[in-house]
Amino acid sequence: MSDSVNTPRLSTNSSIYTEQRVARGKTILDRNLNKTRGAEVSLSAQSFLFSEMLQYTQKRVNGIQDLERKLNEFGYRVGTRMLELLTWREKVAKRETRVLGVLYFIHNVVWRSLFGKQADSLEKSTENEDEYMISDNDPILTRYISVPKELSQLNCNAFVAGIVEACLDGYQFPARVTAHTVPIDGFPQRTTILIKLDKEVLQREELLK
Amino acid sequence: MIYSLYIVNKAGGLVYQKDFSDNLAKLSSNEYLVLAGTFHGVHAITSKISPLYNSSGIEMIEAEKFKLYCFQTLTGSKFLLITAPQQNNVDPYMKRIYDIYSDFVMKNPFHTPEMPIRSDQFDQSLLKLIKNINGP
Repeated sequence: MSDSVNTPRLSTNSSIYTEQRVARGKTILDRNLNKTRGAEVSLSAQSFLFSEMLQYTQKRVNGIQDLERKLNEFGYRVGTRMLELLTWREKVAKRETRVLGVLYFIHNVVWRSLFGKQADSLEKSTENEDEYMISDNDPILTRYISVPKELSQLNCNAFVAGIVEACLDGYQFPARVTAHTVPIDGFPQRTTILIKLDKEVLQREELLK
Repeated sequence: MIYSLYIVNKAGGLVYQKDFSDNLAKLSSNEYLVLAGTFHGVHAITSKISPLYNSSGIEMIEAEKFKLYCFQTLTGSKFLLITAPQQNNVDPYMKRIYDIYSDFVMKNPFHTPEMPIRSDQFDQSLLKLIKNINGP
């Protein structure tokens, strides 16, 4: 019976709390989505954060493949959110349905929003029908990372590969995306993001031709 | 003309050593470690015996055939530069070397702080910088 005396007081407390929250004004959900368009983050800050992400992951995996997979997962989470934001900001009426369209989107829009410049090249593999490659001559995310000789197979741009994979999945082009170091003259750090599209995507592409 | 660079960590252990001139005598790795440790000790002593309160340790040693400059960072690491005796001002070079160190060593996830530096990019950038300074 004493509860009936207490409960009204409890509900008044919670309603005061919600009123205060509304009165406080804009939450992050009310901000204009274009507000941070073109905003930049210090490369040093990002490098330290990424370095810590790598060290965190290294303690929890066994093997290079596992490490790359974990980085890919980190990138995937970033990619899904980026895709929503970038497609909203682009304000294009039609959704891309062709492979080349999606790859151009990634090559231009995604790269420019992430790194401030377009990717350096977009190629189709001559050996396999389902493979495409996006290359970056000087990936800034891993500019300060020197991989030791024991881990020479590791490419820390697996994070970027995860972002690309999320963008492709969001566009309904499921694929397996990996990062490989392909040095050429003048660009020892050159990285290629290898995109291997699923069979269904190729079948659909055939139908649309 | 810069002859060599030594980086000594907080505890006095040698973390990096590189010669940039062929005229230098080749020492064994143990001798380099002893050099670094000795300098670390002497640096600490000189900061204490200075007549003025709150002095830094040795900043420059001038000898007949060379000059040794020491730059101590806020974190306790020491950068030792051995240069030609005519070299007067190494401050901008020290700053550039410290920049390269904080970029390619500190931001490298595979480097453990206070441990020996094993970074390809650090070596390459340093070599490029020193080549620029020493001239053709």
